[in-house]
Amino acid sequence: MSEILGLKAKLGLDVFKADKEAHIKIRPGMEKDARLKRAVLVCPAGLYSENSEGAVEFTIDGCLECGTCRLACGTEVLEWNYPGGGSGVQFRFG
Amino acid sequence: MEKFDVIIVGAGLAGLAAAYTLAGEGLEVLVLERGDYPGAKNVTGGRLYLNPVRELFPDLWKKAPLERFISHEGVTIMSRERSVTINYEGDELRQEPYQSYSILRARFDRWLAKQAERKGAMLVDKTRVDDLIKVDGRVSGVVAGGDELYADVVIACDGVLSLVAEKAGLRQPGKPEDYAVGFKEIIELDQKLINERFGLEGNEGLARMFMGEVTRGKFGGGFLYTNKDSISLGIVVGIKDLMQGQPAVQAPLLLDEFKQRPEIAVLIRGGETVEYSAHAIPEGGYQAMSKLFGDGILLAGDAAGFSMNIGVTVRGMEYALASGYYAAQAVLAAKKAEDFSARGLAVYQELLGQSFVMEDFKNFQKAPHALENPRLFQHYPEMLGNMMRDIYAVPAGPKNRLYPTIKQYLGFSELWSMLGDARKVMKI
Repeated sequence: MSEILGLKAKLGLDVFKADKEAHIKIRPGMEKDARLKRAVLVCPAGLYSENSEGAVEFTIDGCLECGTCRLACGTEVLEWNYPGGGSGVQFRFG
Repeated sequence: MEKFDVIIVGAGLAGLAAAYTLAGEGLEVLVLERGDYPGAKNVTGGRLYLNPVRELFPDLWKKAPLERFISHEGVTIMSRERSVTINYEGDELRQEPYQSYSILRARFDRWLAKQAERKGAMLVDKTRVDDLIKVDGRVSGVVAGGDELYADVVIACDGVLSLVAEKAGLRQPGKPEDYAVGFKEIIELDQKLINERFGLEGNEGLARMFMGEVTRGKFGGGFLYTNKDSISLGIVVGIKDLMQGQPAVQAPLLLDEFKQRPEIAVLIRGGETVEYSAHAIPEGGYQAMSKLFGDGILLAGDAAGFSMNIGVTVRGMEYALASGYYAAQAVLAAKKAEDFSARGLAVYQELLGQSFVMEDFKNFQKAPHALENPRLFQHYPEMLGNMMRDIYAVPAGPKNRLYPTIKQYLGFSELWSMLGDARKVMKI
């Protein structure tokens, strides 16, 4: 289908290999930082969301490793690395 | 202690071009790639323009797994309920050598890596480079997979964020205003159906850019490329514009809305989405460029910021291939002089300076600023759409003359603003 897939379904089309630990982490105490809220808008995989308390929550599953959150939020807010060798997304078309 | 002539970080176009060239000259080259295979982490829109790089790799192109040669160009200005498309086609775009091809990187990069391996380069995948080894402040190797690997030179081709260049102290983490994010779907469609639907023959291909409502007026645009048996459909949008959120919209929604536009829906009808990918893109141009070399290290491709948006074209892959090639030439020169310090490697900057790479970046250095004009992405697309509507409308009563129809949109203040915008755009 080229109809509108939910984002989860869309990410489900991609090949992901699990890493030992999350390669991106919100630095402790930064959950409510204004810079972090940018990630909610910019992440193409929609992995960031703001909860009712104004804190940003994040899941690593489905990360496309595009780097946009690091550029938008900065490294004071996010601890950011690529996943370990042979893990993470593996594009078959790119 | 394992020692190579050159260690290349990242099997993308820059890294593989460097490896291909260096291995061809008999150097011991190690390419480290964190993905399962070369191309596993690489994304393009995309299309590759061959003219600038054809002669740098003369033996490469005949058998390269490119998708379709682009014979049909087009740009669509989108406003909310209408769009205006300008097509450029004809026999001159069907003449060999073809100017550009659509391309899928997972296929192409894997093939290019094979060509580099055939020349003698050693490629190790599934391996992330975690750190640089510095001896007396000079880059002397890398730490990867728990091993220390040494080399005369490290070429960092690790992409748009280049954590390796940061570790080398050659650059700082990037700023949002200097980058865009691209995200796209690969939509599979039968080869014959693509040809019929887009009016193509054989291996002809179509490329179309979209601007205006497609990004809700934010800096950027949409794209559609035909591949052999799929369509690449996606959006590129400036990260700063996107994160400032006026209007606030989550990136993935833009692509969903784009797909639902009736103009697009008919083009992808019956197709099956098989992959969703995304990547940040350097768009800061010459002004945002970092230092390109240091003691024992060179940067090439996106890692060096070699990608450029001049509105009608967004190009990066030719610069990646060419900068990889010139990085290799610089290493060869440094080897001859037995000087791998920054002074010995400075020839890289000279070689780039004499090539189309730096010429382009200098020529277009004002483009990022000139394009940073919301009127280009909001006001003009809307106005053009309105003009077309009024020109084509036939009312029940008498129709207004054409000149007054157009002129109502072009009052004094509008013309004055247009002049100002034109002066900025003329700097591109």
